[in-house]
Amino acid sequence: MNTRSEISPTLVATQLSKRYGALQACDQVSLSVFPGEIHALIGPNGAGKSTLINVLSGAVAADSGSLLINGHDVTRASEQQRVAAGLSRSYQITNIFQTSSVLDNLLLAVQAQQGTQFSFLRSRARDTALRQAAQDLAHECSIDISLWDLPAGTLPHGEQRKLEFALAWAARPAVLLLDEPMAGMGPDETLRLTQLIESLRGRAAMLLVEHDMQAVFRLADRISVLVYGRVIATGTPEEIRANDAVRQAYLGDEGAQ
Amino acid sequence: MSGTLIAEQLLNGLQFGLMLFLIAAGLTLVFGILDILNVAHGSLYMAGAYVAAQTMQVTGSFVAAVLMAAVITGLVGLVLELLLVRKLVVRDHLAQVLGTFAVILIANDVVKMIWGPAPIMMNMPSSLAGPVSLLPDFLYPAYRLLIIAVGLAVALGLYLFVTRTRAGVLVRAGASNRQMATLMGVRVPVLFMGVFVLGAVLAALAGALLGPITAIQAGMGEQILILVLVCIVIGGIGSMRGAFVGALLVGFVDTAGRAFLPTLLKLFFSPAVASSVGPTLAAISIYILMAVVLVFRPAGLFPARG
Amino acid sequence: MTRRSNPSVARSDGTPAAPRWITVWLPLGCLLLLVLFPLIAPLFDLGFYVSFVRRVLIYALAASSLNFILGYGGMVALGHAAFFGAGAYVVAILSAQGYSQAILVWPLAMLVAGVLAFLIGAISLRTRGVYFIMITLAFAQMVFYLFISLRQYGGEDGINLSAPSTLPTLNLSNDTQFYYLVLGIVAASLWLMHCMVNSRFGRALQGIRENETRMQALGYPVLQIKLVAFVFAGALAGLAGALLANHNLFVSPSLMHWTASANLIIMVIVGGIGLRFGGVVGAAVMLLLEEFLRLYTEYWHLPMGVLLLVIVLFAPRGVAGVFLRRTT
Repeated sequence: MNTRSEISPTLVATQLSKRYGALQACDQVSLSVFPGEIHALIGPNGAGKSTLINVLSGAVAADSGSLLINGHDVTRASEQQRVAAGLSRSYQITNIFQTSSVLDNLLLAVQAQQGTQFSFLRSRARDTALRQAAQDLAHECSIDISLWDLPAGTLPHGEQRKLEFALAWAARPAVLLLDEPMAGMGPDETLRLTQLIESLRGRAAMLLVEHDMQAVFRLADRISVLVYGRVIATGTPEEIRANDAVRQAYLGDEGAQ
Repeated sequence: MSGTLIAEQLLNGLQFGLMLFLIAAGLTLVFGILDILNVAHGSLYMAGAYVAAQTMQVTGSFVAAVLMAAVITGLVGLVLELLLVRKLVVRDHLAQVLGTFAVILIANDVVKMIWGPAPIMMNMPSSLAGPVSLLPDFLYPAYRLLIIAVGLAVALGLYLFVTRTRAGVLVRAGASNRQMATLMGVRVPVLFMGVFVLGAVLAALAGALLGPITAIQAGMGEQILILVLVCIVIGGIGSMRGAFVGALLVGFVDTAGRAFLPTLLKLFFSPAVASSVGPTLAAISIYILMAVVLVFRPAGLFPARG
Repeated sequence: MTRRSNPSVARSDGTPAAPRWITVWLPLGCLLLLVLFPLIAPLFDLGFYVSFVRRVLIYALAASSLNFILGYGGMVALGHAAFFGAGAYVVAILSAQGYSQAILVWPLAMLVAGVLAFLIGAISLRTRGVYFIMITLAFAQMVFYLFISLRQYGGEDGINLSAPSTLPTLNLSNDTQFYYLVLGIVAASLWLMHCMVNSRFGRALQGIRENETRMQALGYPVLQIKLVAFVFAGALAGLAGALLANHNLFVSPSLMHWTASANLIIMVIVGGIGLRFGGVVGAAVMLLLEEFLRLYTEYWHLPMGVLLLVIVLFAPRGVAGVFLRRTT
């Protein structure tokens, strides 16, 4: 932690703002995520966390502010350009390829990273490198082989969320944005996904939006607190727990867990 | 090119645009509230024209013709909604297009079976058959003035309906959130039926009014439908204001294009070039307008949704 | 130890894959029948129908090209006939100017259709859903009006071709020779599309159909992929148009009317959208149906419309789809 001042952050968001009519969804949000850091973003419902993820990923254009990934300015870049710059995201509401098989889902995610999409004649079934990469990804994310041929939409919720995570992880990104990966999960599933993320600690700069405080305090190196679209505090878990403003605004009911 | 000629074409453009708006408004309401793309909407326009022509021939009364057109087409719309539209509302847009296209096929053959494939004529009401003197030197057909008057009245009526009446508020509520509207007690199936019938009546009204100055034949619905789609794309799908602006723009550009482009071109190019390129450009002028609008505003000029 | 996942267990749309006799032997059998048809037809006094089958094959190519972008890419393009007609007109116009070598004119037809598809696609593909449907429809109608206004090439009435295109070794005035050329071209095109569907490009295209937003988020160049598919399909439709111009020795703007585009879509739906031979089956069914209905009434659009309604409401996966469901 001492060398933090010498290492430059992978993701630097500066004064990002986004307004929807009368609602200021993001209000001058600035935060940074260092390489290998797991940076949690917490806040009450409606605080604007998902909007921020959308702004960071490029799904929604910010009104003002800037965003740098590994020093590259991606403020005006499209979603695809941001992925090329090293960013990847997962969705709070599962957004997988429902009717395709699990393996096909993974193949699609892996294919995005491997060379050109404009290969017209070679059959993908013969593309052994691609299949191997998809299978490696499945192993890394603990997706059991028995599930690979099933349509993704038929999987139980917990497995779908794992697949959701795997699709985002396929890019082996420099920055990984996770939008409530534990959404809708029971305690066992939450624990397993927490362990999965833990096992990948250090391999990417992660911004983790979550409500589940156990997972947050176990995983996070730093935490930022978002209230009404504004970051009211950033610090280590201990600092945040002790912060009065945060307690008042948010942790008051949930910090007791 | 005299001032009266320009004024005449402007009024023609306004008249055409207002009629396009009547049809576009119905299509927009149906799309905005039922979320269904009804390509058979043009067939309702055609039905209005045919019924009006037939009634005019039998009774000689223009008012009766318009009323019958509205009532019968409204009934047709009601039946269509009950039997088909209801089932298509839950399907994807492709299924809706195909299902309503099937209605077009059926409707065109039905009118051909009843009235034959040749175009039929509708007489103009004799009291309006002559010109009116708008200015000392400027004569304009009275009938077209009537169309403009009715068109403006309907536009105003629609505006008041959607913004001021309780029913109109319900219509907008149904548009923005069907489930919420149901929870709040709006009887959505009744709302849908009402909106669809209203759309049918508006289209029939346009058909009846344009009857005396158009060729009434099978296929006329599709011709006008494409124009109406262009209006909606330019104006912004789902938006009444967009439909109004788009319809007027298309009305003006199409009318003025056909009237003035060949002449304008002769000013800059040789007569040979002008006479070959002129008609082509005039025919596709509104599509070029649409392309230009789309390049700068992919969602149209006044998009309703986000 | 990784187990090689069996690709025939689940198709990309989740339905179990069809047994081999449907996917391999039935099509091959049909191909064999088609190859033999001109030889055995005279024996059954069906010689007249060689020309009809040829026409079905040409429309099968046009419908299959639409199936590529519609069934696999999810692009509801309601203006595909514009490319079909453009290809036909290139052949007709060049023939009127004295150029009739197929080697020159047919690729040119594909090129013109492809460029037209590029221009229309570049503007339309930025939109989605209903907007896309309406815009492709409007642009196609624009092309229709464009060709109607070309009075020097027949305008609304169209123009005749004095003779079919010329090829060094074949005589296209000979019904049978032309038939085999069309069969060869259509079979080759279907094979090409088959390869493309299974390639990386094809898989990406299908991914876009299934979940476009996720594909964007995964970093795929979505617009470019759609545009390439759109242009490819347009060029193939142009080729079909060139073949039709030779078949009819006549072209008219009605080839490009939006109802012609709707007919192509109907063929794809009736045949089986997104299924490998959906375009072929659909063209065969619709054209046979038209011939059959015409025998009984001049108002054959009516029963056609009713049939379409029935299919849309009760058999959305088309004829081929119904067939598959019964056997798997």
